[in-house]
Amino acid sequence: MNAITGAYDWLTTSANWQGEKGVWHRLAEHLYFSGVCLAVACLIALPIALYLGHIGKGGALAVNISNIGRAVPTLAVLVLLTLTPLGEHGDVPTLIALVLFAVPPLLTNAYIGMREVDRAVIEAARGMGMSGRQLFARVELPLAYPLIMTGVRSAGVQVVATATLAAMAGEGGLGRIITAGFNLQNTPQVVAGALLVALLALFVEVVLVVVGKVFDPMRGRTGVAQ
Amino acid sequence: MSGQNCLVTNDWICGEYVSSRSQELIDATVQHVGITAASVAIGVAVSLPLALLARRWRFLAGPILGVTTVLYTVPSLAMFSLLLPFFGLSAALVVTGLVLYSLTILVRNILAGLQAVPEEARDAARGMGYGPLRLLWEVELPLALPALLAGVRITTVSTVALTTVGAIVDYGGLGSLILDGLDTTFKAQVLTASALCVVLAVVADLLLLALQRWLTPWTRVRRIRTNRPARAERPAKVAEPA
Repeated sequence: MNAITGAYDWLTTSANWQGEKGVWHRLAEHLYFSGVCLAVACLIALPIALYLGHIGKGGALAVNISNIGRAVPTLAVLVLLTLTPLGEHGDVPTLIALVLFAVPPLLTNAYIGMREVDRAVIEAARGMGMSGRQLFARVELPLAYPLIMTGVRSAGVQVVATATLAAMAGEGGLGRIITAGFNLQNTPQVVAGALLVALLALFVEVVLVVVGKVFDPMRGRTGVAQ
Repeated sequence: MSGQNCLVTNDWICGEYVSSRSQELIDATVQHVGITAASVAIGVAVSLPLALLARRWRFLAGPILGVTTVLYTVPSLAMFSLLLPFFGLSAALVVTGLVLYSLTILVRNILAGLQAVPEEARDAARGMGYGPLRLLWEVELPLALPALLAGVRITTVSTVALTTVGAIVDYGGLGSLILDGLDTTFKAQVLTASALCVVLAVVADLLLLALQRWLTPWTRVRRIRTNRPARAERPAKVAEPA
């Protein structure tokens, strides 16, 4: 396979890693966009989802929003935002699109996590005299944590994928190496860029799994309970 | 000539665009539907044997589910790009990428559906002399059908959206119009094509829902039958033996 060895050559050429169009700069852009937007999306979606889950309302919203997120093409939103007056402000359309597509998995998973906490456990906590706030912080949140982190993980992967697509709408990030490769009809560069993007997505997924395990409030507890 | 004004002023909503480029829109929509339908159909055809393999040999279940999950993590643009050396700039590239994505949800759903078949149903069929193939075809698959079709609905909706990314190799259906509209800053084209994508996804979902109801009438009958008496006979339930 010429393209595979070509991609290897492309990746091992140090000139391709340096400069404004080099891998390091594109990777930094990609991580910066993804990180900021994931954080913003968490700040927006998690409080809403946790509150709605705590009071037990808005289930239809939480479920439908992820269906809508699935049906709306990312590329369409990126291009539409770029053509609005927002497009004159550089990165703003990309940042908005990234946040928009990170919100549905966060919202849906956190809400379902809160609702799926065993009703008997909640009633036991109430019976012990816990206030609403104590119930939320000491019972619901720790038990909903695994699904909340599943949401963060899918949102993270989604953000990395959307940031890649942003290159098709003329933005930076690692996707730019791919689109530039297509424009130059340089298949090895396309494959090399795609490998980098795929590895980054897997890396982000693994990191978020590890982070989720490290901060698990129930870590080590199950052993004691048994 | 107020009709042509919207093309000159580059409005978002432009009736003149839709009427003057209707053939272009129809062609793109046909391509979009074709790519989506082919991907989902091949996806089901590949997922079914994979799910059966995973069920037959437990040690294969882990690797099959693991690989399909990893495939799902790969961003769409990277997926299509990685297939470029194998398929070149072709519709086959887009369809292959979309099939690989569809496997994650389809294999999981089919497997869950098959595993949820009640053991009594299997025993009864075996007792009636059903062989393994007839058991699969006449008992297990029909009972797993609701789960399979639920997976097909999810996959179809996300495939309609993902097909747009095929624009990178010029086989993106409506996505090609969207990308083209970006290069020429043609707002009406971008908005019309984007709206058509969402309409396609919604229509496909509703059609599949109708298909699901038509193919699995028993799921509705059972729900109606158990719901009504349950409400009326609730007090009696306490007395029922466990």
